[in-house]
Amino acid sequence: MSLTPELTVWRDKIRAYAVGQGLDFFEVVFELLSWEQINEVAAFGGFPSRYPHWRFGMEFEHLSKSHAYGLSKIYELVINNDPSVAYLQESNEMVDQKLVMAHVYGHSDFFKNNIFFGHTNRKMIDTMAAHAARVRRHMDRFGQEKVEDFIDAVLSLENLIDPNRVFLDDKSNRVALPPEEEEPIQVGRIRAKEYLDPFVNPPSVLEEERQRLEREREERRRIPERPERDVLLFLIHFAPLERWQQDIVDIIREESYYFLPQMQTKIMNEGWASYWHTKIMTEFALDASEVLDYAEKCAGVFSMPPGNFNPYKVGLELFRDIERRWDRGQFGPAWQECEDYEAKANWDLGTGKGKEKIFEVRRLYNDITFLDTFLTPEFCNQQQLFVHRYNERTRRREISDREFDMVKAQLLGSLTNGGQPIIHVVESNYENRGELLLEHDHQGLDLDLGYARATMGNLQKVWRRPVHIHTYVDGKERIYSHDGSDFKETVVA
Amino acid sequence: MVLRIERDRQRFREIVKGKIKQNFRDFISQGEMIGRQDGKIVSIPIPQIDLPRFRHGKNQGGGVGQGDGEVGDETNAGQPGDGHGHAGDAPGQHMFEVEVTLDELAQILGEELELPNIEPKGEKQIQDSSDRYTGIRTTGPESLRHSKRTYKRALKRQIAAGTYDPRDPRIIPIRDDMRYRARSESTSPRANAVIIYMMDVSGSMGDEQKEIVRIESFWIDTWLRNQYKEIEIRYIVHDAAAREVDRHTFYHLRESGGTKISSAYQLLSKILTEEYDVNEWNIYPFHFSDGDNWGSGDTELCVRLMEEQLIPVSNQFCYGQVESPYGSGQFLKDLRSHFKDDGRVVTSNIPDKNGIYESIRTFLGKGN
Repeated sequence: MSLTPELTVWRDKIRAYAVGQGLDFFEVVFELLSWEQINEVAAFGGFPSRYPHWRFGMEFEHLSKSHAYGLSKIYELVINNDPSVAYLQESNEMVDQKLVMAHVYGHSDFFKNNIFFGHTNRKMIDTMAAHAARVRRHMDRFGQEKVEDFIDAVLSLENLIDPNRVFLDDKSNRVALPPEEEEPIQVGRIRAKEYLDPFVNPPSVLEEERQRLEREREERRRIPERPERDVLLFLIHFAPLERWQQDIVDIIREESYYFLPQMQTKIMNEGWASYWHTKIMTEFALDASEVLDYAEKCAGVFSMPPGNFNPYKVGLELFRDIERRWDRGQFGPAWQECEDYEAKANWDLGTGKGKEKIFEVRRLYNDITFLDTFLTPEFCNQQQLFVHRYNERTRRREISDREFDMVKAQLLGSLTNGGQPIIHVVESNYENRGELLLEHDHQGLDLDLGYARATMGNLQKVWRRPVHIHTYVDGKERIYSHDGSDFKETVVA
Repeated sequence: MVLRIERDRQRFREIVKGKIKQNFRDFISQGEMIGRQDGKIVSIPIPQIDLPRFRHGKNQGGGVGQGDGEVGDETNAGQPGDGHGHAGDAPGQHMFEVEVTLDELAQILGEELELPNIEPKGEKQIQDSSDRYTGIRTTGPESLRHSKRTYKRALKRQIAAGTYDPRDPRIIPIRDDMRYRARSESTSPRANAVIIYMMDVSGSMGDEQKEIVRIESFWIDTWLRNQYKEIEIRYIVHDAAAREVDRHTFYHLRESGGTKISSAYQLLSKILTEEYDVNEWNIYPFHFSDGDNWGSGDTELCVRLMEEQLIPVSNQFCYGQVESPYGSGQFLKDLRSHFKDDGRVVTSNIPDKNGIYESIRTFLGKGN
């Protein structure tokens, strides 16, 4: 449904104000939906249509249920697309609608300008619809169950992509391969007169030597040549897949890459949008009669339930902190080296570069670099950040540290690769039996073996030969293998 | 408006049903499901429906939280990607609760056990009248105001009068615009059924036997409720004497002493003649015992009561014999030899919980 006249008026006002503040967004199309439709769109990850799959239905049931019990309410939903599409819930009050519109303009600006979104498909709504059509066609041809089972298996691997690939110059989606053409093998000969040659260099010995060299070369000729982190791409190229199966892997991989930057910039993206909605609302769009309602909404969005980490809150506060610091010149060696607490707190050079700085930050950073660069001990203290850990002895989760270094290390650690294990394909002819070997890049955290087993089972369905993963459990080197029926552990000596 | 997601949702429900079916034999013999019943909804634990991913173990590493508290204080912080289970746990055994309605459950029961639908006896129907708010009128209490119609009329009136401005869409209904819901009566034929559970509570029936009766009666209820719109359930317990009790007492009472089954049948006969008109009710007596009766004289009396008074009025008469270490099981043999050819008497022997599945199929498989 299109906007009501009153909403249209407010949309135009907020849009004009945002532009005046320097925001540079894709045009935003707002749609007015009932709560049921909002839940539907949310279950589809924001899109009006997706390929048929039960997990969207499951998500919808969860959302509807938690909505019905009043546990949760979806506030804003906006798609990274040109034009951006955002949804307003028709039963919301005017103050909610204004807030959401202001927030959405912030997101759209972020999508358009942040470099980590640079590679994303800006016609994703169309692409998603095309994906849906392709999957439906496969289902019509090969049967719903068959296609669905395969989708289930591949979805289980959807996070196995390479976040760095999007910055490669080579966009050809190739896997690193050893060179096809190699020089013919030259077997070393001992120099001899022609008539003596058969005796000095007996042909049988030469042949033996040639075979030995060939074996050695074969050993070196591995696929992939280097460990490949884009496991889905590797499967497209090397797994024994039918055309429709390749197509499914391709679809899921493309969607994974599309959603990737939203995971890499969760704190920044929400912080940026919140920064702008608070600014636009309080400076401009808020009616005096709405102040209390607005304050209540904000309290909800930025609340810190004891012990939890709220990306909206931390992101917003960090952007404000950066603006304040650059306005007052609180950066650079002189400020960093200042040890006088008083002087540091009241430091003000009247630099006035705050606004400029935050726009630069929203362009060039992702969550990891954002926190790495701008998190200060003062900020940590103010925001009451702490590290928590599970205590084996007391069997409960406890606050383990409030030191700045520890908090920062933990925060960066848990954001690395979206908090997920880093896994590469290292061999496709493991044990010379055409079996697949993965390697878990162990960075201090063990894999959950229950999940690993189920995931390996799904990988095996795609690879069709036994699959293995090399990892460490409790500091001990292990290989776990799945051959389609059994999951077994091998101790690496 | 039909939601596009409906297809995915249906598919999800199907998968859930599939999971329930896969484990249905286990569910049937488990009593715990009965405890999870809340009105018309039952929650059933099924193996997780989830897309597994490579992930880190749950209690490993830490997370960052915000808020008050000293080092060492407990926190309820959720870890990023909070999940279930522990590293090294039996893999793939995470449980997940789904809610299904009793109707869906009955449907699954029907499909799994291949139960035929029951054709209610033609004459055993009565006209039932019910009031539904399907009409509209111009007066009524505010609580029954039909807002949509009211505002539509107001909008029509304002457009006709030229007082409607699309840029400032204010619609103010006046007295004449008001519309209210009104009741109208509709009648429909209705089939009624009554289930009478009888149970032997003499000393030889132990807790395990009663648990079997409880589980079995849950499934019978579920099925018959699905088949009939209205169901009444009555409970009779007996040892040497019979009396009617409520549901709770029925399942928890423990008596000692001898067994005279005829006492229960006499009471049943009395209830049926006094309270249930054969022409209006579908009648389902179920009797559970360990098969130990007080002498053959009483058994003969039982058979006579059944032949003369009970079977003619019942849709079918069911006897379930729960094996107990003390019971002789003689009663089942006696009934089987007397009613060999009578399709209206259904008997079943239930050795243990695993026998419940077959027993339900026997009782409900005839479609009477």
